[in-house]
Amino acid sequence: MTTQSAVVARPGTARVRRRRRIRHSLTVLSFMAPALLGILIFLVFPLFTAVNSSLHQFGQLNSPGVWYGLGNYKYLFTQDPFIRNAAWNTLWFVVIMVPAQILTGLSAAALLTKMRKGSSIYRTIFYLPALVPTVAGALAFVYLLKPQVGLVDHLLKLVGIDNGPLWFNSPHWSKPSLTLLAMWGIGNTMVIFLAALLDVPISLYEAAAIDGAGPWQRFRHVTLPSISPVLLFTAITGIIATLSYFTEAAVAASAASGQATVGGGASGSFGYPNESTLSYPLYLYQAGFSQDRLGYANAMAVVLFVVTFLVILVLLKRSKSFTEGAS
Amino acid sequence: MKSRRIRGLTAVISMATAVLAVAACSPSTAPKQKPIASPGSTASGTITFWHFFTDREATAIQGVVNDFEASHPNIKVQVKDGQDDDKMTQAIAGGGGPDVGLSYSTDIVGKFCKSGAWQDLSQYISRDKIDMNNIPDPVRNYTSYAGKQCTMPFLNDAYGIYYNKDMFAAKGITDAPKTLDELTAAAKKLTVFNKDGSIKVAGFDPLFGFYENSAAHFAAMSGAKWLTDDGKSAIGGDPNWQTVLNWQKSLVDWFGYDKLTKFNASLGDEFSAQNAFQAGKVAINLDGEWRIAFLADQAKNMNYGVAPMPVTDQSRYGAGYITGNVIGISRGSKNPEAAWEFIKYLTTNTDAVVKLANGIKNVPTTKAALASPNLTTDPNFKLFLDISANPNTVTTPPSGAGTTYQDDMQAFLDKWQTGKVSNLQSGLTGLDTQINQALANAG
Repeated sequence: MTTQSAVVARPGTARVRRRRRIRHSLTVLSFMAPALLGILIFLVFPLFTAVNSSLHQFGQLNSPGVWYGLGNYKYLFTQDPFIRNAAWNTLWFVVIMVPAQILTGLSAAALLTKMRKGSSIYRTIFYLPALVPTVAGALAFVYLLKPQVGLVDHLLKLVGIDNGPLWFNSPHWSKPSLTLLAMWGIGNTMVIFLAALLDVPISLYEAAAIDGAGPWQRFRHVTLPSISPVLLFTAITGIIATLSYFTEAAVAASAASGQATVGGGASGSFGYPNESTLSYPLYLYQAGFSQDRLGYANAMAVVLFVVTFLVILVLLKRSKSFTEGAS
Repeated sequence: MKSRRIRGLTAVISMATAVLAVAACSPSTAPKQKPIASPGSTASGTITFWHFFTDREATAIQGVVNDFEASHPNIKVQVKDGQDDDKMTQAIAGGGGPDVGLSYSTDIVGKFCKSGAWQDLSQYISRDKIDMNNIPDPVRNYTSYAGKQCTMPFLNDAYGIYYNKDMFAAKGITDAPKTLDELTAAAKKLTVFNKDGSIKVAGFDPLFGFYENSAAHFAAMSGAKWLTDDGKSAIGGDPNWQTVLNWQKSLVDWFGYDKLTKFNASLGDEFSAQNAFQAGKVAINLDGEWRIAFLADQAKNMNYGVAPMPVTDQSRYGAGYITGNVIGISRGSKNPEAAWEFIKYLTTNTDAVVKLANGIKNVPTTKAALASPNLTTDPNFKLFLDISANPNTVTTPPSGAGTTYQDDMQAFLDKWQTGKVSNLQSGLTGLDTQINQALANAG
């Protein structure tokens, strides 16, 4: 009897459990639904669309065009004469501009932590450029650095340098000029570093000083491990931003070229001078909207996505041990 | 069991996403052109009109729009100025855009006609018996592509040279140069160097990228061809390109590329009052007819003259480069009849064309307007009218891939003038391959 009732009870219990599990799953799903929907609509859907578009030959006005298979990728990797230059320019920005921004931001923050008087004034001064609109900042730099007539050239002449660089008008100096612009606008990075530096326990510095550590050793063995998660965060966000570097390069090229862009759209002067500032995203825009090769522009976007993903993945893997020290 | 459910859910999500993705890219076929109204019917309603002009020029356009509304009380025009080609293309691609759009350049004719972004106007032209012979041939040629007349010409720009008469007199030069050799000689004579060897005044600035110095404009000096009849690159096979490029490079080398770059970097913007020609920094300059209005506005006391571009072959002297503004009806226009009525007025009504030409100081695009006594012409402006009407005058050919072939050429010229191309012929042949591959990629 007991055995019978046990046998009868088992399926009922299982059903109840299954219902509970389903209800639980539905509850979880309902909580997750807004985020899932957001990811589907704003990430997965555009990504699939971009991949699908990259396999077609089409423009803005004749969507969806015709099936092109891997034709766009073949053109990108084997035929396009501009892609290597655009990729090289972007790589240059990643390798030079990102570390330059981090170093400047860290140095400014370190300086502010050491100041006893007037630190709030200097903090405001260092942060102010971050509040300047990107376009206005780029234009101001172009005019400040304008050869022969710009303020910087006048200052250089005062110290005996008559033939200063051509800055935004020279293919050799245009990228360093953009790096200077980026270093000028490090307000946000500086604030993040400042918070991290102020968070390092003073007792650690005191212990290190008692052990006889000098300033460099204290920085190397106390400060750096303590702020390593912030450094990693800044590096990753910096790399992502630089891989999609667009506005400053576009505005500086347009202003420095001195040519009008009325009516035809702004992309005509992209890359000035001599394609030296033609970043990958600028070329992508030019291919998609100026030359109306949207299928190809999508292939470029997919490659950029994959490269960004891989770079971040490698950076995170390699830096695991780096950040573990901090935790 | 659980993993199977997860797999099932993943599959459903993946399929849904894939379906959505494909659905998003499903054919957004252009609306088929509706049959047009019968002859004599009256158009009415409100239409939108986008153009790229601003400030003084936008005011001139508005004056003609007001005239149209006064003579067509049933049609109201909503004008939006400062709209460039990129914005218009994106709006049309998004299913919107203006009823009537005005493009800055003939570069869009190929892709707008090919894609149907602008409607074929042939049936309206035929119904209303518009005499297309009233439009000069060089102008007509750039308004259609592959048999589709999807645009009408709305004034054009003609290019020649401007020269500083005072500087010419100071150096004892009496006439404007007619050949490239004469231009070289005048440029060298008029150039003034500073003590440190830098350029103080350039007789003629030959660098590509300086103001209006582009391959398209220099091509007119020799009549060099861009594309073959079947739409492939003709650059490598046309010796006229080598003639004009070798001439340009020899003048660049005479100045020194670095010196020219430094000189250009210090000059004012093209459309500012500090324009190098207006500021007396350049003695001879390649420019369009609109410069006359800028000179009258920004450099009233300047003593200047105008002349056709110097050429390689004397028989071509008097010709130049023209490009034009073109106007069309968007494929999504809700009121194409009223839109056509407006376009017809702007492009074929002689009084309207003349008023526009006088207001903006651009070249009219109908023979009747060119001959109109109401057209304000001084000898300087008359020269550009003659260049526009010259049978040897050239323009950049419409291409389904927009400006691709010009962009590739410009990148090549950047290398060329810095001395990075050792063999011009093989460089241009390679450029042909590159352009043809890009055109094939564009479809």
